[in-house]
Amino acid sequence: MKRRSILKLSAAVALAVAAGSAASAESLKIGAVAPKTGGLAGGAVVSFWPNVQLWAHDVNARGGLDVGGTKYTVEIIEYDDQTNPAETIKAVQRLATQDQADFILAPYSTGLNIAAAPIFARYGYPMVTHTAISDQVEELAAKFPNMYFTLGGASGLATGVVEVLSGLRDSGEIGNRVAMVNVADAFGIELAEVGGPQLEAAGFDIVYETSYPLGTQDLSPVVKGAKDANPDAFVAWSYPPDTFGLTAQAKVENLDVKAFYTAVATAFPAYGAANGAAANNVLGAGGVHADGEAFQTYAARHMEVTGQAPDSWASGMVYASFQILEQAIEATDSTDKAVVAEYIANNDFDTIMGNISWDENNNNSAYWTVGQWQDGVFKGVASTGREGAVPVRVKDGWE
Amino acid sequence: MGILITGLLLGGTYALIAMGLNLQYGMSRIMNLANGEMLVAGGFAAFWFWTAGNVSPLLTIFLLAPVAFFVNWLIYVVILRPLVKRAKSRGQLEVDAILTTFGLSFVAVGLMLATFGGDYFSYQYLLKPVELLYDTYSLNRLVAFLAAVVICGALYLWLNHSRAGMSIRAIAVAPDSARLVGINVPRLSALAFALGGAVTAVGGALISTFLTLDASTGVIFTLKALIIVIMGGVGDVRGTIVAALMLGILETFVARVIDPGLTLAAAYLLFILILLFRPQGLFGRKQT
Repeated sequence: MKRRSILKLSAAVALAVAAGSAASAESLKIGAVAPKTGGLAGGAVVSFWPNVQLWAHDVNARGGLDVGGTKYTVEIIEYDDQTNPAETIKAVQRLATQDQADFILAPYSTGLNIAAAPIFARYGYPMVTHTAISDQVEELAAKFPNMYFTLGGASGLATGVVEVLSGLRDSGEIGNRVAMVNVADAFGIELAEVGGPQLEAAGFDIVYETSYPLGTQDLSPVVKGAKDANPDAFVAWSYPPDTFGLTAQAKVENLDVKAFYTAVATAFPAYGAANGAAANNVLGAGGVHADGEAFQTYAARHMEVTGQAPDSWASGMVYASFQILEQAIEATDSTDKAVVAEYIANNDFDTIMGNISWDENNNNSAYWTVGQWQDGVFKGVASTGREGAVPVRVKDGWE
Repeated sequence: MGILITGLLLGGTYALIAMGLNLQYGMSRIMNLANGEMLVAGGFAAFWFWTAGNVSPLLTIFLLAPVAFFVNWLIYVVILRPLVKRAKSRGQLEVDAILTTFGLSFVAVGLMLATFGGDYFSYQYLLKPVELLYDTYSLNRLVAFLAAVVICGALYLWLNHSRAGMSIRAIAVAPDSARLVGINVPRLSALAFALGGAVTAVGGALISTFLTLDASTGVIFTLKALIIVIMGGVGDVRGTIVAALMLGILETFVARVIDPGLTLAAAYLLFILILLFRPQGLFGRKQT
């Protein structure tokens, strides 16, 4: 399914620039392929597409990318991959061969990025991923030297949770009993497989453990089962529909735990909006330096330009990954893929998420792992090296 | 006991999802693969009225039902009736209908995407615990169950004890013969299709109070509805109700007593077993 979208603003700005100054109206074609329909559309529409719009707006509003004196506006070519890896590959191929895209933004989600990596590599496009979470970075980096990872890995995310829970236990707020559930889909299974052993190694007692199919319409058996086991903490390696469902069920059952964690989508604005006061002190995957100026100005701009709020996990990193591309192009004064790729490999970048640098596996090793809703704002409470973490609070009821 | 009640509540949800498709497939002979999208559209409407105007979904459905009825009637008359007219056999109509409504589902997803965006939508209405026989249940599911009872009950009574209902059952059983006794088959087929769509949309509005939906989730519900309709037997309202309840109780039982991870396997196992021993479904008519 193809949809070509030329941002009116970039056209208007290009016209204005051409009419008003001596600068030439050059433009760079930037490809963007991600779900607009299909299973991951809900996530992409929150984290990815608004940032594409915002980034193009920001770049074009200041005249475009400065490449050796010439200003290049960005022209975004969008494709919907329907959450289907085959479609992602087809779209990238089309962008590379037919549309002659100068650069292609990395796709959305781990699976689609891994599917598209070979074809990015074949055509030589630098691939700065933003929503690919993988523990296999070493193998991937060896196979695809131009692929970069920014959002972390499953082990890191699980370790963050274990750290937070250990902290609460050591300060006497919670006991040892943990109920751990996961959605029976790739990411949920991966998190459970690393998280379970890590919890046990940290001395926790997993008193209830189960998985449930993706799309389960009634999660009350899961929550009732957890409640019967009398846990101190509840950890769910969950996806958006069940993140919402488990929280609602926990509220109805009045699940009395001092730490409640649901994974994906806890950082979405919709989660806070739907749950209101019940979301307070809920832990979730991700996090940002919410009180920091960089994120706050970014969030305000995001709201102003796109009409919706960013999420508090991936959105910022998506934008940061675009900034990396932008800075590399401007620093090398080049629109050549190879030159830009070389620059990305050998430098670090100052973005709205802070400084991003690569380790030997092209991986950003400083990322947020756990966040918590505190009075209506989702704030980062644990990371592998980002500043701005706030203290963890104990969950105190569902009202 | 708790399992039974939870299972019944879930069965009520399933009945809401499947009843519309039963009307459309059983009475109008249209296997409507865009059924799930109508459900999600109903859910969107309820979400929109609730977040924008604080209008309870229970009130929205009174507005939603006639609108959905009209929209589905239009779809039948404009897109599907030509298929019915030119189909030389029931088998051909089924194939044509499946292909057409399959395409229609993509159109519907695209329209909803353009109108509402692709984001998940979720709201909490009546998310209060209710104590029943030593166990807690969510009030919104109870309300949905009661609504399902009312809707299914009303449909059953209407189809079996009114003249119009009897005419509709006649066209389900033998459309050619029904014409001979003066029943206006085209008009009643459109009526049944539209009614099925209205029931689905209302069901969607009710389940949106406790499920998270987005523009692309329709297909999951179509699949579930399909299984329930086939299991219960096409064309009989009782079949859908019984199959939905059975499925709800079975899934809850498996989730509570065995393993929540096996609910899907159990559901499809039941489906296979019923089809093996009673291919026409629980209440279906044997094909001659």
